[in-house]
Amino acid sequence: MLTKRIIPCLDVKEGKVVKGRNFLDLKQAGDAVELAKRYNEEGADELVFLDITASSEKRKTTSLVKEVAKEIFIPFTVGGGISSIDDIRNLLIAGADKVSINTAAVKNPSLLREASEKFGSQCITVAIDAKKINGRYEVFIKSGKEPTGISALEWAKEAEKLGAGELLLTSMDRDGTKEGYELELTQIISENVSIPVIASGGAGNLESFADVFIKGKADAALAASIFHYSTYSILNVKEYLGKKGIEVRK
Amino acid sequence: MIAIVDCGIGNLSSVKNAFDYLKAESMIVGTPDAILDAERIVLPGVGAFGFMMQNLREKGIAEPIRNSIASGKPFLGICLGMQALFEESDESVGVKGLGIYNGKSVRFRKGKVPQIGWNSITPAKKGIFEEDFFYFVNSYYVKPGQKGIIAAVTDYYGEFACAIQDKNVTAVQFHPEKSGSSGIALLQRWLDAY
Repeated sequence: MLTKRIIPCLDVKEGKVVKGRNFLDLKQAGDAVELAKRYNEEGADELVFLDITASSEKRKTTSLVKEVAKEIFIPFTVGGGISSIDDIRNLLIAGADKVSINTAAVKNPSLLREASEKFGSQCITVAIDAKKINGRYEVFIKSGKEPTGISALEWAKEAEKLGAGELLLTSMDRDGTKEGYELELTQIISENVSIPVIASGGAGNLESFADVFIKGKADAALAASIFHYSTYSILNVKEYLGKKGIEVRK
Repeated sequence: MIAIVDCGIGNLSSVKNAFDYLKAESMIVGTPDAILDAERIVLPGVGAFGFMMQNLREKGIAEPIRNSIASGKPFLGICLGMQALFEESDESVGVKGLGIYNGKSVRFRKGKVPQIGWNSITPAKKGIFEEDFFYFVNSYYVKPGQKGIIAAVTDYYGEFACAIQDKNVTAVQFHPEKSGSSGIALLQRWLDAY
């Protein structure tokens, strides 16, 4: 049986791992390569690497991606500032297994179609940053700075049609708050697409992981701060989930 | 020397990184001569079946791979590299595979597609496979004509062949190079077995 995935995320700014709250107030959290190695050894099911400033500042992250890729033998997704087929190719060559596309996918949906035809849907993850506005989940782009007016659910369905192989769904309201994942948002999207959904934003305690799988219907759960600061280890989370009857890789 | 076949697109460096870690000499190659000269062949592959087969044929390396397999050279197919050994795939109707074995690839009909994540495998016969978790990313899976070559199976809304082993040929639907210590150990067993 396919197991639920636990995915630590490295938000990287200028080569350093940082973590903020509600997409703001960034604090340093460690060295990217060292953290990647630690998570690989601790049993992370995948690793996500997001250059969180790249979309607005157009920074390229290839050399750090290469360094991380040499150290880990688990799936490695890279996102941040990807806006062209060449960007994707360069990251795949540098050692990424998947790329996560956010702003460019919204602005230029044909990129998704072209990318999935060239490289296969399996390596195209669409990242959706969503915020609840007047009771409706809306898509934000450019690291959460720009509202689009687009419904997160409609965009999720559209992204699937365009060739996304997976969705990385972040609740901006929960990001860094440790209040638990946004279960309603996760469930709505997960039940309305037929590709895997990675829930992100708000992991705070062990219950939040069980909740996002059972109530949120997520296929994978991503977390940053609680792993960076060793509040819980990946093993703690997996042991807890195992006791709750949720299948995880041991 | 292990030849890691460059069939166009895909993260080949991760396969190379894994062999580097095991201190097994490997090279990413894309020419007929390099394949014929190699002691072992690894055919990785992501993307679409048709695109991969077209690339192998355009580079003139489909025949050298077939000949190497026929000559008894150790071969390891990964993901699409497993599917390529069979006659065809529903993913790219009309495109011929290498046709080493009877059978074809079909799409998952239930659950989320692609299957992405860690799934457990169960050995179907004696060989290099053990009960363990491996990382899968696939929308299609092989239905081999000869059941005897199936070396391990996995369940994803039904059982499917996730590995085959037959004489010098080994192939897996999952990604050992992305399956942490389990994958590294499997690659070591493959190196030891052949």
